[in-house]
Amino acid sequence: MHDKTLTELAAGLRAGDFSSEELTRACLERIAEHDGTLNSFITVDEEHALAQARAADARLRQGEAGPLTGIPVAQKDIFCTDGVLTTCASRMLENFIAPYSATVVEKFDAAGAVMIGKTNMDEFAMGSSNETSYYGPVRNPWNPETVPGGSSGGSAAAVAARLVPAATGTDTGGSIRQPAALCGVTGLKPTYGRVSRWGMIAFASSLDQGGPIARSAEDAALLLGVMAGFDERDSTSIDRPVPDYTATLNDDIRGLKIGLPKEYFGEGLEAGVAQAVEAALDEYRRLGAEIVEISLPNTHLAVPAYYVVAPAECSSNLSRFDGVRFGHRCEEPEDLEDLYKRSRGEGFGAEVKRRIMIGTYALSAGYYDAYYLKAQKVRRLIRDDFLRAFEQVDVIMGPTTPAPAFRLGEKTDDPITMYLSDIYTIAVNLAGLPGMSIPAGFVNGLPVGLQLIGNHFDEARLLNVAHRYQQVTDHHLQGPAPYV
Amino acid sequence: MEWETVIGLEIHTQLATKSKIFSGASTAYGAAPNTQACAVDLGLPGVLPVLNKAVVDMAIRFGLAIEAEIAPLSIFARKNYFYPDLPKGYQISQYELPIVGLGRVTIELEDGSTKVIGITRAHLEEDAGKSLHEDFHGMTGIDLNRAGTPLLEIVSEPDLRSPQEAVAYMKKIHALVRYLEISDGNMQEGSFRCDANVSVRPRGSHEFGTRTELKNINSFRFVEKAIEYEVERQIEILESGGAVVQETRLFDPDKGETRPMRSKEEAMDYRYFPDPDLLPVEITPEMIEKVRAEMPELPDAKRQRFIEAYRLSEYDAGILTASREMADYFETVAKAIEDAKLAANWVMGELTGHLNRENREIGESPVSADQLAGLLKRILDNTISGKIAKEVFEAMWAGEGDADTIIAERGLKQITDTSALEAMVDEVIANNPKQVEQFRAGKEKVLGFFVGQIMKATQGKANPAQVNELLRKKLSS
Amino acid sequence: MSLDKHEVERIAHLARLAIDPGAVPEYARNLSNILDLVDQLGSADTAGVEPLAHPLEARQRLREDVVTETDQRERFQAIAPQVEDGLYLVPRVIE
Repeated sequence: MHDKTLTELAAGLRAGDFSSEELTRACLERIAEHDGTLNSFITVDEEHALAQARAADARLRQGEAGPLTGIPVAQKDIFCTDGVLTTCASRMLENFIAPYSATVVEKFDAAGAVMIGKTNMDEFAMGSSNETSYYGPVRNPWNPETVPGGSSGGSAAAVAARLVPAATGTDTGGSIRQPAALCGVTGLKPTYGRVSRWGMIAFASSLDQGGPIARSAEDAALLLGVMAGFDERDSTSIDRPVPDYTATLNDDIRGLKIGLPKEYFGEGLEAGVAQAVEAALDEYRRLGAEIVEISLPNTHLAVPAYYVVAPAECSSNLSRFDGVRFGHRCEEPEDLEDLYKRSRGEGFGAEVKRRIMIGTYALSAGYYDAYYLKAQKVRRLIRDDFLRAFEQVDVIMGPTTPAPAFRLGEKTDDPITMYLSDIYTIAVNLAGLPGMSIPAGFVNGLPVGLQLIGNHFDEARLLNVAHRYQQVTDHHLQGPAPYV
Repeated sequence: MEWETVIGLEIHTQLATKSKIFSGASTAYGAAPNTQACAVDLGLPGVLPVLNKAVVDMAIRFGLAIEAEIAPLSIFARKNYFYPDLPKGYQISQYELPIVGLGRVTIELEDGSTKVIGITRAHLEEDAGKSLHEDFHGMTGIDLNRAGTPLLEIVSEPDLRSPQEAVAYMKKIHALVRYLEISDGNMQEGSFRCDANVSVRPRGSHEFGTRTELKNINSFRFVEKAIEYEVERQIEILESGGAVVQETRLFDPDKGETRPMRSKEEAMDYRYFPDPDLLPVEITPEMIEKVRAEMPELPDAKRQRFIEAYRLSEYDAGILTASREMADYFETVAKAIEDAKLAANWVMGELTGHLNRENREIGESPVSADQLAGLLKRILDNTISGKIAKEVFEAMWAGEGDADTIIAERGLKQITDTSALEAMVDEVIANNPKQVEQFRAGKEKVLGFFVGQIMKATQGKANPAQVNELLRKKLSS
Repeated sequence: MSLDKHEVERIAHLARLAIDPGAVPEYARNLSNILDLVDQLGSADTAGVEPLAHPLEARQRLREDVVTETDQRERFQAIAPQVEDGLYLVPRVIE
């Protein structure tokens, strides 16, 4: 049962081949069996999951089921779940039982999905390897000595290892696409404003976006259909109808214009990854697409701009963790300042502290113009590069990451090297565009991701283009040997 | 050396909305601690702000009233600092691009002259919570009910030159926000408070001296006292060769002095930047026109109208339009009795006297405008005299009912029945032959004696004019 | 841009973060490296370019002035470190 995709499982549930409770128990058993090694979950709420499964079975019997009714889904531990521990993988929230649910969680609940647990991640989503988690690193199911990527590393690893058919992620600079690439699964970061941020613990408000991680584009289409939509509680949510993403999956892509940014194929890209991407492009040529070389001339400024904008927003967003109303509080504070400093000093890990300090510095008196304002201007240049490109092409493609999964501990001592592993994904967040990563082959037994970038609100096209590729290839059907 | 005082005020006025600026929690005053602090107000992880439409409309209303430019696009920014009454670690305020730009108001000074005071800007922001310093085992308690309450911060130019001007300006803004119905202006509840930036410089100088900021002054009297004290303190420092330190100071009303605020000792670096959870607020000409169409009459226009429509003196019109409640009260009475002069005399005389004596606002008057009109009508139709009316008013003030009830219950109706009065006059004349003699001999003053006798007999209920007339007729015949 | 020990301490104070004194040099090194990366922004010609705060440049939506929230103090304070009589407690604040 665990090797089936979400789409297949949904069909099985409706056909009565198995119940949601059986499916949920199967997932729980797999988690119990494998997660000791992988560490992809922070919380598994068996009781909650089984109760939801039984409710889903009732709905299925009554014929009131939607496509996700009865399907176990794991939530990244950044989404607040009412009554369930929500840690953001931080000591700061080690005991935080969320008193409300994120809109995304409510939407899955309403669809009848089963919330099986909360996945591990980089602390407050700050990281690219899942090594900054207070709950320890997640291991890549393809090779336990390598990282799963981050920050949604737990979600990607759990889906890759077939512990759950689907999981949610959030993506601020590549945190859905990069782990999806490194774990050989399909991940989609929607257009900024497409998925509500209400209840999704903020890292960088103008960049964060929730999205699905699954085994195929078809599965991702079903998940996005549930997650997307206007939310009046989020001022940055866009009031725009949600299309049926599954309806256009099979559309013909002959004549599709694919742009290849020459800047994404330069120095730093591993040869094996480049070859896998080339092979994928050949596949698209066979499907009738036209490949056009384009230029995104400000690409080299994306990482610098991001490491001003994201830390600046995070330094302010994380000020609320002060040990007063919730979260970690130090023992016996001497005075107010001691309470703040020690609660925050103890509650946050090193990477979170680094980013808070960079952001604090970038916003402080005398530096604002040189850093924050400058980065916002560069942000416009970067976005405009994309908008110009989309006047010529329908989608942009390239590698998701410069290299496949790296070894645990390999980059922990050097933040800059770590940051550069998001070099191809970061610009998409600055521009607010939808982006996907889909499996495109392997290098030395490790998966390689192909990145697809669409124009604003063009998720349906991305899913269609990804799905057509997955119909003629089987990279996405491959699983890591011990877990298949 | 002669010194000149330079003052700028930052007035924080709480906007009279039902819900908070960025959340759906109630703004009602006086609830149990933290029962009106919702997830957004508490800054729980993952929550987001959405702007209340009413605060935007109120800001536009204020902007129109001070003839300011309303920004077509305004931005909310985060002001970052740590304080326990500030749940998110930042206050959502406006920094660059406030909603209301440069405007002005005219203040009236005691000598009757007027002065235009510039208003640099007015911007929207959220209020913080409250720290309660009562003893919780040596700890401070935090109540976040007030967190997220909408405030309009009105920043004046440094145009004020004396504590008296500062008070006149503060009163003007206070009256204005109440006129506009954008704030209840309640100073005890903290709905209207101000910070004063104060400096002194040698008269004739064009440079500003070093200023201090006096925080959180919540009464007209305190603003005057605090500035007076501060000006004296600064002059003393300068005259003894010292230098004023730029700092934030707190006014202690009990001691009548200002002292430096300990918590603000370190220089603040607020790290303002646009709040990424909120988008630019667009204000279209249509939105402005809609607000303009619903604008209430402003104090200056109302005063002019009162002068013309009710033929009031400039002074009376000024007093009667000092607050919207006073103006509405007067106008209700004047219209009901169709005698503006009588209405004005009673509102400024008896009513204001009673209010002042009991230190009450006009909104708290036990005698409503309709009730006062009911009383004055009885003067106009000769049911009672002006003197009796004062007695009736006392009873109304004490809550004994409306004028007619009191007049009936106490039997205060004037005796206007001519035959009854005639009989009394005849009787008084018959009983006092000596005084009749004196009158007829030309001693006019004796008439007063006869009037007094009739009034005594009728317990004041006779119409004095009628009695006079009757007496003259009878005595002359 | 290179940060010295003193600047790291100043930033840590502004951000209210207790940093182990022994870790300050490492923070100084890492933060300086990050700032070096960020300093590449200086090479961009942004003359006449407006800052971009949000990729879609949408406008703020306004909500109606309606009270929608009810008292949830008990729920919210169940996760608080220290409360008494409905108040959050902190070490004494001196004004």
